[in-house]
Amino acid sequence: MSDTTSKSEELFRLYEELSDASADLEPEDLAEQKSLDAIFAASQWQLMWRKFKRNKVAIAGGIVVLLFYLGALLAGFIAPYTLESRFVKYIHMPPQRVRFFNNGKLQPHVCSVDLTIDENLRKHYTPDCTERFPLQFFAHGEPYKLLGLIDTDVHLFQVPDGIVSLLGTDRQGRDMFSRILYGSQISLTIGLLGVLMSLLFGSVLGVISGYYGGWIDDLMQRLIELVRSFPAIPLWMALSAAVPPHWPPLRTYFAVTLILSLIGWTWLARQLRGKVLSLRHEDFVLAAKMTGATDAWIIFRHLIPATFSHIIVVSTLAMPSMILSETALSFLGLGLRPPITSWGVLLKEVQNIQSIALYPWVFTPALAIAILILAFNFLGDGLRDAADPYTV
Amino acid sequence: MLAYIGRRILGMIPTLFIVSVITFIIIQLPPGDFFTTRAIEAAMSGGGQDKETVKTMQERYGLDKPLYVQYWRWVSGFPRGDFGYSLEWNSPVLPIVLQRMGYTLQVGGLSLLFMVAVAIPIGIYSATHQYSFGDHALSLIGFLGLSLPGFLLALLWMFLGIIVLRIPVGGEISKGMADQPWNLAKILDYLNHLWPPAVILGLASTAQLQRIMRGNLLDVMGQQFITTARAKGLKEKKVVNKYGVRAAINPLISVMAMEIPKIISESTIVGIVMSVPTTGPLLLRALLTQDMYLAGTFLLFMTLLLMIANLLADIALAWADPRIVYT
Repeated sequence: MSDTTSKSEELFRLYEELSDASADLEPEDLAEQKSLDAIFAASQWQLMWRKFKRNKVAIAGGIVVLLFYLGALLAGFIAPYTLESRFVKYIHMPPQRVRFFNNGKLQPHVCSVDLTIDENLRKHYTPDCTERFPLQFFAHGEPYKLLGLIDTDVHLFQVPDGIVSLLGTDRQGRDMFSRILYGSQISLTIGLLGVLMSLLFGSVLGVISGYYGGWIDDLMQRLIELVRSFPAIPLWMALSAAVPPHWPPLRTYFAVTLILSLIGWTWLARQLRGKVLSLRHEDFVLAAKMTGATDAWIIFRHLIPATFSHIIVVSTLAMPSMILSETALSFLGLGLRPPITSWGVLLKEVQNIQSIALYPWVFTPALAIAILILAFNFLGDGLRDAADPYTV
Repeated sequence: MLAYIGRRILGMIPTLFIVSVITFIIIQLPPGDFFTTRAIEAAMSGGGQDKETVKTMQERYGLDKPLYVQYWRWVSGFPRGDFGYSLEWNSPVLPIVLQRMGYTLQVGGLSLLFMVAVAIPIGIYSATHQYSFGDHALSLIGFLGLSLPGFLLALLWMFLGIIVLRIPVGGEISKGMADQPWNLAKILDYLNHLWPPAVILGLASTAQLQRIMRGNLLDVMGQQFITTARAKGLKEKKVVNKYGVRAAINPLISVMAMEIPKIISESTIVGIVMSVPTTGPLLLRALLTQDMYLAGTFLLFMTLLLMIANLLADIALAWADPRIVYT
């Protein structure tokens, strides 16, 4: 009974979706072909986009991810201070509240902060709203390089005579908001770079393995099995411990990325091998062979593009674990170290549980990580559903 | 079946050999060795060791020999149960490693139990109440569990425990209990310290398992033998539990097997954060001080544990699903 109702529901949904999709068409298109031909003639990418668009959660995840990357790109501009700007007078200051109205006028501002030290030598910051510092937008502040190229000192907002700290300050009086933004530059790119590197190894080796089969496939599979027989985190720990501490920051950064992708590629290779195994006997591959195409041509012009949607999905889903692994390693003090500042490095500074209790805002990098990872997972899930546009 | 198991165990030996070589290379990678690291540490704190002492020590422990000689010295001890000597702890490596592995196994086993006990009922509920409020809420919680890394959860738990609940968290056992003989109170205290890391470790995998259980059961419930069972007039409860769940649960065994490596791997970092005596804290310390035999043996044993877990999972799958042919 419930089975038939669910079937009819499904058909109804399908019908609705199809008519929805036709409603998306331009009026003139609609006039041209009132039938649903457009749907069946649509390219795979159009179908995927259509399906993805309907998944609101995935769209929201995508937007959050984009915002994070935008923030990383424009970190210098959005952050009011630089990574190492210190305010010795404001150590472990709690987040300030931005007040929007001043005497009924719209004027975003922060209040001045009074510091008292009690008998236990604990610092207490209390906002003192007799003195107000309006936020000045697009104001001059500390110099930085926009996008790493253009010398400038214009920041999104500044408080010239006081301090503005949206997320509080750390034990050296550095602004957490600015540090999280700068940290995102490292954390987000290491995910991207790590996935790209695993993609490079994984897609080439996986596709070759699936395409040729035979002893090449066997060898590749044994290699993958060998790499995967190690427990990931301990192996990462051991490899990161081998990165000499005196290496320059950039080299350490690349070394850690390489270490992370050392295991990541096996997963990608397996996924793509399976995909290629099923594509290998498709007619279009046979046709290409008949016309005398070389293997390299077939692999790079036919097989890899055919698995492209799959590659995108798999790499989106691989991003969170890449970012998390870097965070975990840096958190243990094995990955990146200052002066390179990633979210993991920021978290390492608060390893002490007591300091989380006293100054919870120093834990905000964890919040940033959690939000980003969640957004990435939603996005990846939506992409995965969309990548298979023929299922309803 | 026995022949299959035997073949699998024999097949592990060459892999273990290659793993031991790779492990040895990795632990030799950092520049310097235990004694130079210690000399630098001593120099930083104002003391000092002259080059002669360092050199004598290196000679005594054979650290000046070429790599392959050192490797052979390490490996040739394996059959005798000699996995090298921990320079930092002044003791053979094996008992230290075994003790830590034992604790890791306890935590890991408990988190597997937790996984099964929580994920399967939730998965069944979600599948039988598809798109209901409960299904959505549980899926969301599962998604959160999947997204939050173990060490963040561990930190959060420590924070909650110390600040909000004001109970002692972390560690293997309460301070006052450590020296007492084993009695009921001590066992309870021990268990009280065992479950938090187990739950934290199992949470991500639970979410994964729950999603797969839901998907599987939904798939199975659409099949014809279910319709037949319903047509026969069986109670819905019986249709779900006796027909649906039984068929849907088989693939879970391999999923669980895939989660075991994650648990073993994560247990290191959760152990470090919560300061429970899993392999993690000691491995980290050994890596940092370049106590190479200890670090290497840890890596080797964890790899071995992974292989055994995979083997057990394959056997369990073959046992549970008569359709699987093992060769």
